[in-house]
Amino acid sequence: MKKQDIPQDPSALNNVTKEVTYAVDESGNYTTGLSTGWSVKAEALDVAWQDIEKRVADARKKVEDGEASPLLFFMETKLMDLTIVASYTGFWKWQVKRHLKPGVFKNLSDRKLQKYAELFEVSVNQLKQPFA
Amino acid sequence: MTLDFKHTQTAHCENGVTVGLLRHYGMNQITEPLAFGIGSGLFYIYLGIVKVNNAPLISFRTMPGNIFKRTCQSLDIPVVRKKFASRESAARALDERLAAGHPAACQVGVYYLTYFPKEYRFHFNAHNLIIIGKEGDTYQISDPVMDSLHTLTSYELERVRFAKGPLAPRGQIYYPGAFGSVSDEQIKKAIVSGIKRNIRDMLHIPGFFAGVSGIRYTGKKIKTWKSKLGDEKSRSYLAQLVRMQEEIGTGGGGFRFIYGAFLQQSHAYHPVDELPEIAGLFTKAGDRWRDAAVQAAGIYKGRLSSQADYDVMGDMLIEIAGLEKEAFTRLKKTVPLLK
Repeated sequence: MKKQDIPQDPSALNNVTKEVTYAVDESGNYTTGLSTGWSVKAEALDVAWQDIEKRVADARKKVEDGEASPLLFFMETKLMDLTIVASYTGFWKWQVKRHLKPGVFKNLSDRKLQKYAELFEVSVNQLKQPFA
Repeated sequence: MTLDFKHTQTAHCENGVTVGLLRHYGMNQITEPLAFGIGSGLFYIYLGIVKVNNAPLISFRTMPGNIFKRTCQSLDIPVVRKKFASRESAARALDERLAAGHPAACQVGVYYLTYFPKEYRFHFNAHNLIIIGKEGDTYQISDPVMDSLHTLTSYELERVRFAKGPLAPRGQIYYPGAFGSVSDEQIKKAIVSGIKRNIRDMLHIPGFFAGVSGIRYTGKKIKTWKSKLGDEKSRSYLAQLVRMQEEIGTGGGGFRFIYGAFLQQSHAYHPVDELPEIAGLFTKAGDRWRDAAVQAAGIYKGRLSSQADYDVMGDMLIEIAGLEKEAFTRLKKTVPLLK
């Protein structure tokens, strides 16, 4: 990449920082320049967030339809998978998986619910009724 | 108290931490490309069975922690790295080090990193930054990918130091141990060992999913994505590839440009004409990676969607694999000339 070709497109980093980019001058010698962003990768990041939004919407529907416990909705909202939820809460992965079943979730103790509520930064009531 | 520490902005966080700390302790010759090359930072791996954000794990660089460790060790600089079981002992160790007048690097997760833009806050636990001071409850942070200094409260810092999940940092801090001046002779040797290790990782690593064969494998895979995964999933996978390749931290072109810069800078230590020539091959490889990213964007934007478009994308990666194989093979032939 030539130094004058370093892209200066809008990105989520605008107003936060510019990023250091390596490029060559006319004689092929390396130098660095600052970039505000590149549309190609900004669009890639958009795709990642569209995927997340879709996963959240799917999770919401499953919870509303009684196919999953509210934990699924909060997990997707917080970009977490079973491994991450398990490591933050101290539960085993198989336990978290069980807690995703509405029937099991309904009977969880307050102490266990409190752990999830803390992780998802909501109250226990919100955890039980996420769309109220 | 804030230490007298010169903030250096770099493309990649771990390179930046290495450069910032080594310069702080008097090694003025170190640059980002030298740290990256001596640490054998260039790599490629495609792990279909490990999913990151629901897409395959793809990396254009070596494992986190390797660059700092290898660069220091190759220059005979001791590395101190401490992990902590408790949050209290982690905070105490950091505070004691600052009180003694020394900066320390931390590995952190970015999901709770408050000064990062929301769009970048995924559960990625291998970000690196340097703590350079503490006023009351607030820590001063030199984050190498940022153009200015930032702050975190002790709670915010504790949260990112104890992020959980893959590559959990477990509160770790690291820094170089005491070292004297580093001679140009030491740097010359370190460059050779860095290049040798990188040749091994890219050309001779066993398996089909890493090194240059990993790039070729990914190219072949991409051609099957449309029929095997469908348009929607392929779109997510291609976006993941481009993000790992081009996002902040890579310097552009999947770190290939930084490696080209490393070979050019090595020429000052090893005046062998092949080095800048091979650097040109890495520039070409980086450019081709960026062309491939443009093709991928055509697909995930929905402008391109035929099987032929996927075939073009796959062939671009297969061509890049050939280019990088040529570059590393020439580098291998050049190593004996580096005295």
